[in-house]
Amino acid sequence: MGAFDAAAHRRDFPILEQRPHGKPLVYLDNAATTQKPTAVIDEIARYYREDNANIHRGVHWLSQRATEGYERARGDVARFLHASDEREIVFLRGTTEAVNLVAHGWGRGAIGAGDAIVLSELEHHSNIVPWQMLAEEVGATIRVAPIDDTGAIDVAALEALLDERTKLVAVSHVSNALGTINPVAAITEAAHRVGAKVLVDGAQACAHEPVDVQALGCDFYAISAHKMYGPTGIGALWGRLALLESMAPFQGGGEMIARVTFEKTTYNEVPHKFEAGTPDIAGVFGFGAAIRYLDAIGLEAIAAHEHALLVDATERVSAIDGITVIGTAAAKAGILSFTIDGVHPHDAGTILDLEGVAVRTGHHCAQPVMDHFGVPATVRASFGLYNTKEDVDALVTGLARVRETFVG
Amino acid sequence: MDLQELYQEIIVDHSKAPRNHGPLDGANRQADGDNPLCGDQITIYLDMDGDVVRDVRFEGKGCAISTAAASLFTEAVRGKTRDEVEALCASYLAMVKDSDALPDVDALGQLAALHGVSRFPMRVKCATLAPHTVLAALRGDGATSTESEDA
Repeated sequence: MGAFDAAAHRRDFPILEQRPHGKPLVYLDNAATTQKPTAVIDEIARYYREDNANIHRGVHWLSQRATEGYERARGDVARFLHASDEREIVFLRGTTEAVNLVAHGWGRGAIGAGDAIVLSELEHHSNIVPWQMLAEEVGATIRVAPIDDTGAIDVAALEALLDERTKLVAVSHVSNALGTINPVAAITEAAHRVGAKVLVDGAQACAHEPVDVQALGCDFYAISAHKMYGPTGIGALWGRLALLESMAPFQGGGEMIARVTFEKTTYNEVPHKFEAGTPDIAGVFGFGAAIRYLDAIGLEAIAAHEHALLVDATERVSAIDGITVIGTAAAKAGILSFTIDGVHPHDAGTILDLEGVAVRTGHHCAQPVMDHFGVPATVRASFGLYNTKEDVDALVTGLARVRETFVG
Repeated sequence: MDLQELYQEIIVDHSKAPRNHGPLDGANRQADGDNPLCGDQITIYLDMDGDVVRDVRFEGKGCAISTAAASLFTEAVRGKTRDEVEALCASYLAMVKDSDALPDVDALGQLAALHGVSRFPMRVKCATLAPHTVLAALRGDGATSTESEDA
């Protein structure tokens, strides 16, 4: 295998050819959303030029092409996650909708008064709020597994929260705020010992390391295409077939039904009973193209490349006076979160932007994590497959400009 | 637009050493301002002598832009009448929301240093938190949020 050629992959992404403020665009906000390769952009345009029709309906030529392409993408996602059956993939708007589907369709039936839902302190708001809403509705309680000062989940403390009242453990695979890779397989094993199901928020993991839901052992895994070089507005839930079959539908409408009369409606089979209405068909085509793009490069190679960037960036950024890296767990994906003494993250973000460097500043929709570390916000640089060592150089140079401006 | 145009020396100076920072004994008006998107929060205290701002201080934490704006505003409104403060805030808000307008330096004084913010739509709310909170205190509204204004 040759060396990973990030500069060549970068050329697959036309957006990166632009020059903000006259500087090369250094895109380090991949945890928020990734850019889209030509293969994805072209596939969406091709779908509209050649295949557009409603799916699972018409008997005509175009409808057949659209349906085949849509279901082919379902197969792509199933293989990507190592699902045992394509019917275990439900297309939804993204991770947030997937978590909400499980909360409504499964949680309302399986979680009752006095039961417990275990979350981690690392969770994104989208893996907190739906469970709070459900807990309030059914009278369940939320238990929160703490993190240590490196930003790693305290697994022993999490296990201590598990008992026969625990029906669900909902945990991220990779923390969006800190980059911590959580020991999902170990957490799942512990949860299953008390009979709890496990939902994994895979939004930050699935484009950055190989994901095998069988090896993880979890029960639900939620992903968003736009964080995997695919389009916005589309994502998927993987769930074990028997669980999905036991679940109530989320929304009523067309496609999700088998037969409708005014007296009674029988629902379609999984996954269609969760895909009411005409879905984002073009988005699904783009999603499939993104997965094929990732597969062609290889997740192992991408993970190794991003890890090398993280190690280099961590070493150089933490060597700058006044910078404190937040999130130093032993197992981390390519996310570097930090604070700068005497400089508010938003000011750092604006100065980096003027240098052409796009980072995220703020609480990253993970306020409990910020509270744990006693900071209102951080600067977050997050890496993707097209980032290069030169991008890390630009970040370090930009941070020197931040220091010059505010520290002198 | 370059770095120096936005982060002028006076802004950096006021952000690092904000003037009139801390609670105000004898304040008879105050208001809390909140920018939930950034987490910036400030409190403006006014000691009004009839229609005139006899003294003013602020508390709070935020980015350089919001801190410098609050500091500069406390300097600018002391001794002004209510109508003068209203006019100053209106002139300032027009400046930071319109990148084509030239700042009215005579009216704005040192606050004109914040004109560069108008080129950064994502940062305008940082610059408008202080004047909105000053106005809320002046009008006796008690609290304001950048998410409830027409910014």
